[in-house]
Amino acid sequence: MSSAQLEVLLQTLISGLLLGGLYALIGIGMTLIMGVMKIINLAHGELMMVAMYIAYGLFTLFHLDPYLSVFIAAPALFVLGVLLQRFLINPVLKVDSILPENQVILTVGIGMVLANLATVFFTSDYRSTPVDYATKAWYLSDFWKGSPIELSLSFPWSISFLIAVAITIALWFFLAKTDTGKSIRATAQDNDAALLMGVNVGRMRVITFGLGSALVGAAGCLFIPIYYLYPDLGGQFTLIAFVITILGGLGSTVGAIVGGLILGVFESLTATYAGMGWAPVGRFVIFIAALIFIPGGVVSLLRRQKWGR
Amino acid sequence: MGQMKRYLPLAILGLLAILPLVGLSTYALHILIMVIMWSIVGMAWNLLGGYCGQVSFGHAAFFGVGAYTAGIIYAKGGASAWWGMPLSIVFVSVFAMVIGFICLRLRGPFFALATLAIGVILRVTAENLTSLTEGDLGIMIRERTWIEKTWYFYVVLTLAAITFYLVKRVIESRLGYYFVAIREDQDAAESLGINTTLYKTVALCLSAVFTGLAGAFYTNYMGYIDPKVVFALHDISIVTIMVVMIGGVATFWGPVIGSVIMVLLAEVIRSIPRLGAAHHTFFGILLIVIIIFLPNGIMGDMPKLKRMMRIGKPV
Repeated sequence: MSSAQLEVLLQTLISGLLLGGLYALIGIGMTLIMGVMKIINLAHGELMMVAMYIAYGLFTLFHLDPYLSVFIAAPALFVLGVLLQRFLINPVLKVDSILPENQVILTVGIGMVLANLATVFFTSDYRSTPVDYATKAWYLSDFWKGSPIELSLSFPWSISFLIAVAITIALWFFLAKTDTGKSIRATAQDNDAALLMGVNVGRMRVITFGLGSALVGAAGCLFIPIYYLYPDLGGQFTLIAFVITILGGLGSTVGAIVGGLILGVFESLTATYAGMGWAPVGRFVIFIAALIFIPGGVVSLLRRQKWGR
Repeated sequence: MGQMKRYLPLAILGLLAILPLVGLSTYALHILIMVIMWSIVGMAWNLLGGYCGQVSFGHAAFFGVGAYTAGIIYAKGGASAWWGMPLSIVFVSVFAMVIGFICLRLRGPFFALATLAIGVILRVTAENLTSLTEGDLGIMIRERTWIEKTWYFYVVLTLAAITFYLVKRVIESRLGYYFVAIREDQDAAESLGINTTLYKTVALCLSAVFTGLAGAFYTNYMGYIDPKVVFALHDISIVTIMVVMIGGVATFWGPVIGSVIMVLLAEVIRSIPRLGAAHHTFFGILLIVIIIFLPNGIMGDMPKLKRMMRIGKPV
């Protein structure tokens, strides 16, 4: 392998890992909801799109930095998630019907409405937040003069990645150390047992849906400085989130992180070596391979090695 | 009453068959053709989703494969696109078997999402495989078989009649009972000696073939296909589900009623100037309302509806 090829490979891996960190954040939100509520939230990407429009609106109106809008968009998404859960999803959980997949179809409906309303209000133009640090990057040659290869590290990508890591750690503390966090995990493990132990399961569901929405909302704010925004972007990210949860193992936070990183690196590799257009196909090839070969997800492999919890 | 019910499909078929003779406008005929085409797709979905309980979010995949079979035969093979209809049966059933092999080991929502992914994979593949599908340019059928829509109407009507008949026959046979058993409890069905994998694959293949036929018809009728149209997630896969959900899951007439409502609604919304862009919002709200209030659709929740309207005898 020549040094130019090595350079391309390493650069691809770096950008893949940075992308994977953000994907992990999206995946964690979905996996939390899936673990506690046992439903797949197919409006997940659309919720992210809503958060991105909030960040975009704050940027254009008040010149608020997209990274700061995390503090506004994430709580806003929490409220939106709570409302959706209280007034739309909860009633359907109680309704009896032939098809148990009604809840999933319901979230599709919610996603459709959100995406379409975004088109109506913001038109389907591509938007972005032109921050002045968008093209800033660190180069390996700046630190190591005689470096045989040249690698770069984009400034906004790195910041997004670091914030994603910080949010993940904060979430881990919340789930592991606080009462509410423990109740959420208990509900995910066994709904009825949690109920018997005095956990307010109904409230935990509402909080979890809000929390999952807030996480994907935060991910949206981290994505917007490095990505562009249009109303139909949600569907793509819903699928990404779903692929991550399958890849990582359903309902597992650790799995979502690992799955996100794997997917990020894999997508980055397909984009470099097979062409940009094929990246979504690579995503689904990995998805179907995961379904066939590791149906329990990466976390089941870790468990077998006694690494996972 | 029983006799009447038996001949109702034939009566409706006869009524529809003489409709073009009374001189409908081209537009009305187009709406009718779309309604009938959607009811074929709906009936096909209902066979798999409603009766066998395997909810598919990716029927656009089968629709698209059928449509592209016809399109590629015309564009690359130089034959008439009508050959796509018989050939799509072969292609789509082989394709469905492969999909079934991969996806039918999944249950419930996971099957739903795997099929959704298949639909997206096919769209992206069709967009990128330009040597075969012409990519985003799409395939245009330059020579239309008929200028008048009347003959297209009869073709799609025949197709719908065959679909209706076969679905009814299948559901009323032993196979249909297997399907419902699988839907109600897969483990129980398995323990009673039903080869669930086999019958789920059968349901998927049948459903896919009818959907593919509708797709092949679509190519011939519209004369233009591109990946974004025939592999569309919202405009094909989700609309298919809505057709069945609104009309009535696991009922014979549900998909027909659903497609009448959906096609007319789409047309009405599109014709209102300022609301045209928002038609997905209306679809989504309708879907949410239906799921919350009439989870089994209009036909499935008929007793409930009657009670609400106070038409039926008080219970």
